[in-house]
Amino acid sequence: MEQMKLRHLIDPLDFSSQEIIRLLDLADAIASSPKSYFGICEGKKLATLFYEPSTRTRLSFEAAMLNLGGQTLGFATADSSSASKGESVADTIRVISGYADICAMRHPKEGAPLRASHYSRIPVINAGDGGHQHPTQTLTDLMTIRRRKGSLSGLTIGLCGDLKFGRTVHSLIRSLARYDGLRFVLISPEELKTPQYVLEDSLIPRNIPYCEVSSLEDSMPELDILYMTRVQRERFFNEEDYVRLKDSYILTEDKMKLAKPDMAVLHPLPRVNEIALDVDDDPRAAYFEQAQNGVYVRMALIMTLLGLDEGKVFQNA
Amino acid sequence: MLNIDSLQNGIVIDHITAGTAMVIYDLLELGRLDCCVAIIKNARSEKYGRKDIIKIDGEPNVNVDILGFLDPNITVGIIREGILVEKRKPQMPKTLKNVIRCKNPRCITSTEEEIDQIFILSENNKYRCAYCEQEYQPKKK
Repeated sequence: MEQMKLRHLIDPLDFSSQEIIRLLDLADAIASSPKSYFGICEGKKLATLFYEPSTRTRLSFEAAMLNLGGQTLGFATADSSSASKGESVADTIRVISGYADICAMRHPKEGAPLRASHYSRIPVINAGDGGHQHPTQTLTDLMTIRRRKGSLSGLTIGLCGDLKFGRTVHSLIRSLARYDGLRFVLISPEELKTPQYVLEDSLIPRNIPYCEVSSLEDSMPELDILYMTRVQRERFFNEEDYVRLKDSYILTEDKMKLAKPDMAVLHPLPRVNEIALDVDDDPRAAYFEQAQNGVYVRMALIMTLLGLDEGKVFQNA
Repeated sequence: MLNIDSLQNGIVIDHITAGTAMVIYDLLELGRLDCCVAIIKNARSEKYGRKDIIKIDGEPNVNVDILGFLDPNITVGIIREGILVEKRKPQMPKTLKNVIRCKNPRCITSTEEEIDQIFILSENNKYRCAYCEQEYQPKKK
């Protein structure tokens, strides 16, 4: 039997747009009948190497592997790993490659999962590297958008809040830019605008329409998707800047009255106060559903990278 | 003007920004060559006022592609039997390895120093760190 080529997911663009669609198809199939996938990863182990705390993402990965009948091992902070003794990422992954079949790595340093992938003998999934990429969050976002709107094309997407340091936003823009008929409304304070390189790489070369605005209220009526983000304290070197900007945008039910009846509100979670609690009961609030989708899409990803999806995703690879 | 013997066979790196020839000498590791290398600093230039020139004797294996990144004005001439047979402007290389350093304090290269510093030429003709994608910002002259 021909050995499957080792694939990693470090950058959302590591998968072609067709591979993403097929992965989302598999995730949808899992969502409709999650229990029927139990046992597919029996005997397989997922290592969760979390050098930076992230309860939600780590538990989502672990739930995904457990749902597939596999097992998990790993650490939840750098303090409890060999990194605290000065071990390099390259050495760690070389060792872990002998302990597990697949690995999910979160690291505060940007590019650490890419470095690991160069030395790994098992698939490496980037579970977030600093303010850089968070591709499995992007897959979760894409799955939720598609399930809510039926397609990834022909939508007006509003992104609101910290568009400068928000890695989920950068990954999402890069991934969505590959689909047709999209328009972006980038809503942020001046200090937290989308970095120029994100625009120059993804939107400008493809002539994708976008506008940069500061008013959430003015933008609401035209949006099909509103992607809210949290202003993250850990991305600021200066506490004063964080305090000044953290409450820039708060989505309330009053503001939701301005929106289309079928708009969907997404948020990578955790939220602090940028979405008021009264929005939770609005049928347009999709963020808890989004967190659930995160488990299904990670199940699909683990199956695919381990070659247990019957070749559905990496066709002609 | 100072007289340097003409090359019979070799490479002439011309139109180097005045005062930067030694940077290029080090970067191309010309000190490791056992052939004759001449560095001419502050030569008169009609176009730029002053310039530096490096002449390398013989047919050394020198990777001049990197010069396209360092100085867009540089020209490289190939001399065979005393005749200029080729003159070209080096193009910007697709990757740079250990030429520049990433300044992003959040980049993995800032803590694991044995990692090669690799920069990749992006679609907008700027160099980005292969690990964190931070754009290289040249020092303002």
